[in-house]
Order: sequence, then C-alpha cells, then structure tokens
Amino acid sequence: MLEVVKLECVRGDRRLISGLSFSLRQGELMHLHGHNGSGKTTLMRTICGLIQQSGGEILWNGESSRKLGEEFTRELTYIGHKNGIKDDLNGIENLQLSCRLAGMPIVRKTAWEVLERMGLRGHEDLPVRVLSQGQKRRVTLARLLLSKAPLWILDEPFTALDMAAVEFLQSIISLHVEQGGMVILTTHQEVRLTRGQVRQLRLGWKEEGDV
Amino acid sequence: MFDAFLAVMVRDLVLAMRRKTDVFSTLFFFVIVVSLFPLGIGPEMNTLRLIAPGVVWVAALLASMLALERLFAADYDDGTLEQMLLAPQPLFILVLGKVAAHWLATGLPLVLMAPLLGLQYDLSADALRILLYSLLLGTPALSLIGAIGAALTIGLRGGGVLVSLLVLPLCIPILIFGAGAVEANVSGLGEQGHIFMLGALLVLSLLLAPLATAAALRVSAE
Amino acid sequence: MSSRLINWFKFSSPPAFYDLAGRMVPWFTVIAVVLIGVGLYMSFFVAPTDYKQGEGYRIIFVHVPAAWMSMFIYVIMALWSGIGLVFNTRLSAMMAQALAPTGAMFTFLALWTGAFWGKPMWGAWWVWDARLTSELILLFLYIGFIALQGAIDDKRRADRAGAILALVGVVNIPIIYYSVKWWNTLHQGASVSISKGSSMGEVMLITMLIMALGFWAYSIAVALMRVRSIILERDRDTTWVSQLPEMQVR
Repeated sequence: MLEVVKLECVRGDRRLISGLSFSLRQGELMHLHGHNGSGKTTLMRTICGLIQQSGGEILWNGESSRKLGEEFTRELTYIGHKNGIKDDLNGIENLQLSCRLAGMPIVRKTAWEVLERMGLRGHEDLPVRVLSQGQKRRVTLARLLLSKAPLWILDEPFTALDMAAVEFLQSIISLHVEQGGMVILTTHQEVRLTRGQVRQLRLGWKEEGDV
Repeated sequence: MFDAFLAVMVRDLVLAMRRKTDVFSTLFFFVIVVSLFPLGIGPEMNTLRLIAPGVVWVAALLASMLALERLFAADYDDGTLEQMLLAPQPLFILVLGKVAAHWLATGLPLVLMAPLLGLQYDLSADALRILLYSLLLGTPALSLIGAIGAALTIGLRGGGVLVSLLVLPLCIPILIFGAGAVEANVSGLGEQGHIFMLGALLVLSLLLAPLATAAALRVSAE
Repeated sequence: MSSRLINWFKFSSPPAFYDLAGRMVPWFTVIAVVLIGVGLYMSFFVAPTDYKQGEGYRIIFVHVPAAWMSMFIYVIMALWSGIGLVFNTRLSAMMAQALAPTGAMFTFLALWTGAFWGKPMWGAWWVWDARLTSELILLFLYIGFIALQGAIDDKRRADRAGAILALVGVVNIPIIYYSVKWWNTLHQGASVSISKGSSMGEVMLITMLIMALGFWAYSIAVALMRVRSIILERDRDTTWVSQLPEMQVR
C-alpha cells in the first residue's frame, strides 16, 4: 500500500502541493487531474523519489520510501515525459537494457516478442532514432509488459499513441490493476477499467484531496 | 550489482562506437594541443625535452575536460538518467560503469597516443614508458573527478566551461604527480614516489568520487 | 525533527535567524573596527622594524591573518554545507553562500599582499612558492563555488549542488596543499615563507592575533549581513517578510 501523508512540494519559489494526503491500495488506479502547472508531474516524480519533498512523508507498506531506497524502487515502474530510451540503440537493445537495470534480464527472443506485441514488428532492430514519436513511445511502454513491479507511475502514457495502441495500453493497465497492481497516471483520455477501482485526484484547487 | 555495472559500461561503449566523432575529436584535440607547443616555443630540442612531461599532461587534462560535458547531459536529455536513478541498483555502481566506459572511450586512446607524441619531444624510451604508466594511473582519476563536475552542471547554461572551472583545480594534484613522475625519471631522481602517489590518488578517487557523483546526480536530476 | 531538538533548531528557521542576525551585526561591526584599528596601529607603530627585512615585512600583519581566514572560511563553508545536506536546513546553505565571497576576498587579499611582499624581497611580483600557489588554487575553488551557485536558477538545487562541491573541495584541500608542497620542494623553487622568515617577537605575534580576531569579527558581520539579504530575497513572498518594519516604508 502506498500512503502519502501531508505532502508538501516546492518548485522554484512556488509551493505547488501542500498538505496532500491519500492512500492507494492494491487493485486501485488513481487518475490525477489538474490544469497545466498544477503539479501533476511534480507529484509523480516526488512519489518516485526523483524529487525530494519539502514536507510530509511517502510510505510504502508503512515504511518511508526514502529509507527503503532500492527496496522501494524495485517495486516501482516509472514512465515519464521523457522516453528514457537511447536514440542510437535499437528497440531490442533498449528493452534488454532497461530490464537488466531493473534487475530482471531478458533474452533477446523475449524482447523481440514483446516488441512485436507492442506493434513494432519489422522495426525491432532499427535504431530508435529513425522511428516515429508514437513508435518510440511504444518501445518505452514495452517495459510495462515485462514489469513485475506492483506500482506503476505513468506520466501521460498515451501521448503520441494511435487509437489501437491506446486501446492496447488501456488493456495492459486494466490487467495490471485486476491482478492487484497499483497505478497512478495522468492523461487527458478517459480511463476505462474492466475491474478494479478508479479514483480521481484533482490538483491545483485550494482544497486538495479525493473528488 | 556487477551485472548493472557491466550493462551500463557496455551500453556506453556501444554508444561511443556508434558516435565515433566524439571519441576522435577528443583524441585529435589532444594531438593538436601537444603539437602546438613547439610552434609557440621553438624547435630547440633541449627545451622541448624539458617541457614535454608538463605539456603532454596538461594537454591530457584539457582533453579529458572536453569530453566530460556530455557524460551525463545526454542521458539527462533523453530520460535514461531518471531511469538509472530509479533502478534498484546502488547508484554509485552505475556511475562507476559510466565513468569506466568514458575512460575506455576517451581516456585510454589518449594514454596510448601519448608515447607517440612524446617522440616529437625526443623523450627517451624509459621516459616514454613512465609517461605511459603515469597517464594510465592518472587519467582514470581525472575521469572520476570530472564526473562530479559533469553531474553538478547537468543542463546548465555554459555547462562545458563551468565543468572545467570546477574540475581543473581539483585535478591539480594528479597533474603534479603525473608530470612529476616523468620529470623525475628524466632528471634521474627515480619516479617511484610519484607513481605510488598517483596510485593512492586513484584509489582515493575510486572510493569517494562515485559517491559524490551519485549525490550530485540526485540533486541535478530534480 | 523530533521535539527534543526543537531548541537547537530554533534559530535555524529563517525568520528567527533574520532577527537574531540583525541584532548581532552591529556588535560584530564594532568589534571588527576596533580590533582592526588597534591591529593596524600596532603593526605600523608598535611592532619593531625587522633587522633583516626592513619595514616591508609589516605587510605580513595583513597577509598572514588573511591567509588563515581564507582557509578557515572554506572549512566553515564546507561545515555549513554538510549540515545543510544532512539536516536539510535551508539556513545552512544560505550561510555557506554568504561566506563564499568573504572567503574569496580574503584569498585575494592574501595573494595581493603576498605579491607586494614578494616584489621588494624577491624582486618578482609572483614566485611559485608552495603557500602562494595553494592560495591561488584556493581562489579557484572559491570562484568555482560562486560560479556554480550563480549558474543554477533553482535555489534548492543551487544550495545542494554548492554543498556537494564545497565538501569535495574540502576533502581536496589537504591533498592539494601537500602535493603543491611536494612539487615545490622537488623543484627547489623559491620559498617565501613569510611568517617564519625571522624569529617572531612577542609583539609581532600579538599584533597578528589581534588582526586575525578583527578579521574574524569582520567576516561574521559581513556574512550575517549577507545572509539577511539572502533570506529576504528568498522569502520575499512570505507573510513574515511583508510584515517586517523595514518592508513597510515605501
């Protein structure tokens, strides 16, 4: 379970988030809303541990995520605005590398299959540089198919994807939640889930919290 | 843990091989700087022999600064840096992997090229050997210390110049013992003391620099 | 932070410290003026003429305390930086930032007076002596710290990046100092060693100590003044700043 307690985040001179508390249980998805600059990305990056909060705590199964360190990041898959793939490597290499860094190496064949499922057949061994934005995003998101982490934090995962890919990604997210995973995401799309609970959190208003 | 080190190192080496210009421009910068000195000072062989260790070492120092700027900046730009920060691996191990690759791609070529340039300055075979050893011990330490500066200046305006400003003063001891080793050999004093000190500095920077770099990366990637 | 530590950290909150610093500045300014005045008087009129170096040696009464301060201040800066990184207190980083220009100023003063001393004694404005060379490198370290902080717009990142750099620097200073010393003895270069040139008389030592204390008081006064303006600048949007009496005059 993920708990956020009285979180406060300051960026530059601005206090973006203050006194924010919520918790997320297994099999729940939290959809973050808020206008541009309301602190959605900041909140996600803070939960990941990329940004240090200026107040409050983030607890993972009752323990501070900062203290847990690698124990916590092992349980987490984060996909941000930036794709986190190398332009000069091909899809297979990129995927293999990120799995290896996550401590779960995969063989070439698995990477090949996963990219094929992401609809990248025929593009697996091209340097990512020559792919379109949407295809690059697919390479990035292929990580989710292999992720065994219970907590997914996805910052605008659907950008640049076509209809079919959005559909496919939604089904992956649904499956993850159905199997007891947790998801925090931002998107302008409506998120439909077959099972599990969708919660909405609105940032940028005076009183923050569940809607 | 070792696997993560290898993964990062191999990745960066592959990337360096696919972008050979970066590697070659560092190397040629080194060659050009060393070759400029005789043109500025005059071809008097006795003088050249005297300044050779210092010239080669200073040029190596400057050349290694040149490649530093992109060390973390490229990973920061495409988001692979944040993935590394979130990888369930000790960050300093990943830093070590990156620094190792950086040294193999830009430092080692300098080391191997240096004896050839030493010939331009009429260094004896023995002095060339010491030059090689001193650079072999010294340039990894330069990469390690330089990584701290590179991590601190990610994404800043004028990052390249700033890295040099931060890192060059910290590299002075390595320059002193590196060039000193060759000079001591040329003047017949014996280079052992210098080489030991270089080794000690390398060990010290191996222990401390990756930790400082990891801390700096966490600060800069916010 | 546990409540047990609350007294300790009371003045680590910027509003409390702003007030405290404001009350401390005049005292340290007075102490600094008095001590430096007395010190200068003693160094020009009380201390005896050196039989070997003549009147020119009197510059050591500025040079040596300045050189001490330049090193002390870097160590203190690193100390504040370390505290800031460990306890995540904003004020410590502000202190480090406030100290840097003063440290750089003393380093420059030590170099300048060193050059002035070197000209009549050695016939050259600059000699590559171990002490002067280390002092020069120290100046580079200060400049690096100030440049790094200046280049970063985000204040929190500037604080923490500067802190890391200061700590790396302070680990390096002894290494730099000893390597430069080794280099200097090996090349048998000129050794200036201003302070131990002649056996130091009691009056000379006392004068030097008074000057050093005066410099301390000056550094504290200036750093506190600077930290006050840093606090104001960073907290300008907060209510406590807008309620300050000095903010009411428009």
